[in-house]
Amino acid sequence: MKLNIAIYWGAACGGCDVAILDTHEKLLEIADVVDIHLWPIAMDFKYADVRALADGYLDATLFSGAVRNSENEEIAKLLRKKSKAMIALGACAHTGGVPGLANMYTRGEILDRVYLRSESTNNPEGTLPAEEFMVDAGELQLPRFYNTVKTLDQVVDVDYYIPGCPPASLQIYSALGLLADDMLPKKGSVIGAGDRALCDECARKKSEKTITKIYRTHEKLPDPETCFLEQGFICLGPATRSGCGSRCIKSWTPCRGCYGPLDGVQDQGIKMLGALASVLEPKDEKGINAILDTVVDPLRTVSRFSLASSMLRRKKV
Amino acid sequence: MSFEPRIVGFLCNWCSYTGADLAGTARIKYAPNIRSIRVMCSGRVDPVFVIKAFSEGADGVLIAGCHPGDCHYQEGNYKALRRYLLLKRILPEYGIEPERLKLEWIAASEGERFAHVVNGFTEQVRRLGPMNCKGALIESMKDDVLIHEEHAAQGTGERR
Repeated sequence: MKLNIAIYWGAACGGCDVAILDTHEKLLEIADVVDIHLWPIAMDFKYADVRALADGYLDATLFSGAVRNSENEEIAKLLRKKSKAMIALGACAHTGGVPGLANMYTRGEILDRVYLRSESTNNPEGTLPAEEFMVDAGELQLPRFYNTVKTLDQVVDVDYYIPGCPPASLQIYSALGLLADDMLPKKGSVIGAGDRALCDECARKKSEKTITKIYRTHEKLPDPETCFLEQGFICLGPATRSGCGSRCIKSWTPCRGCYGPLDGVQDQGIKMLGALASVLEPKDEKGINAILDTVVDPLRTVSRFSLASSMLRRKKV
Repeated sequence: MSFEPRIVGFLCNWCSYTGADLAGTARIKYAPNIRSIRVMCSGRVDPVFVIKAFSEGADGVLIAGCHPGDCHYQEGNYKALRRYLLLKRILPEYGIEPERLKLEWIAASEGERFAHVVNGFTEQVRRLGPMNCKGALIESMKDDVLIHEEHAAQGTGERR
């Protein structure tokens, strides 16, 4: 019997959906074992089709994207009701992802910037998106744009997490294999990923770490064999879960942390801050501040994918 | 009721906690606002501890360790200094005044100084007022609700 699944996106870029398609010929194997009942990016089903299903009819929902508006939340709750397993797919659903960085601002600041002040905006009447709008055909409604971006598990009960931005396609394939073979681990587990830090599987040479200068990736060509952090590039490997196959590292790019925190870590970004401060060389306030001055935007650098799931979750207003 | 700051103090076992102990045995009075937590070294204070304290209701956080050069583990207090300076830079991004975090070097013999630091910091945090991270987070989400549920709550019935 085939598995019934839904694939949905909240506040997402569609990269997770593409990662599913990027399983290439294995997609045919997936198609052999699943029946898809909703997949907005690829198939023409309506919300009404999902509402018509019996509760718990779906074996699983793969939900990518953060929850940033009322539509995301409404459909997350609908799919939760219809699904036996709710699976957060990708960094945004798992830890908030890049959309979660909007929690550094308020809804008002974002609308103001995007619709009134950005350099490319021409909006002399100062029109802002409205939730309700009358046209000849009747009243139109738009979802509510939330003040605080949420991860999926801040809105509904989540059974499993597949991390990554996007998740490695083979990891999605193997996670679906666990589902098809009824081999899923205990609820709340991260699946399709490792359980050690990325540094553990990184092939670069590591020795004693002491950093005297921080570089951004465009400022210096990295040595091909030495640990990025030791060269002064901020690499989130120490604070990030393995399982991505070191995609970025192998492309000469330091880890940005998309696979999220390790088990038991409450705040990936702050943990990385601690690690980074530990390996700086200076011991006096002046020397330390001189090197910290060269760290551009430290908080967003270390919490690029995890701000919405961090301990403080947002800028206090 | 007047505002009494809640301050979490991470004190290193070898110097600052012993200094606090000395303040006690010498019967020096100091502000009761500090909740002391003994750690083996100021270098043990993970920035996560600090952020966790703020997120769960602290109005101020004090980290205290051995004077430079005196660390029982050679370099733990330098590590604490680096983390502290980095934390100071990110707190404003979270909308938290950096003055709510303080690092001080307090030796085992400095009971008097411990009391002085705690009193001074308590007054500093008192002037900044209550922080209430949890309340602010809940407040930030008060309008983040499903529109039809809001209409129902307002008694205007479901719109869809």
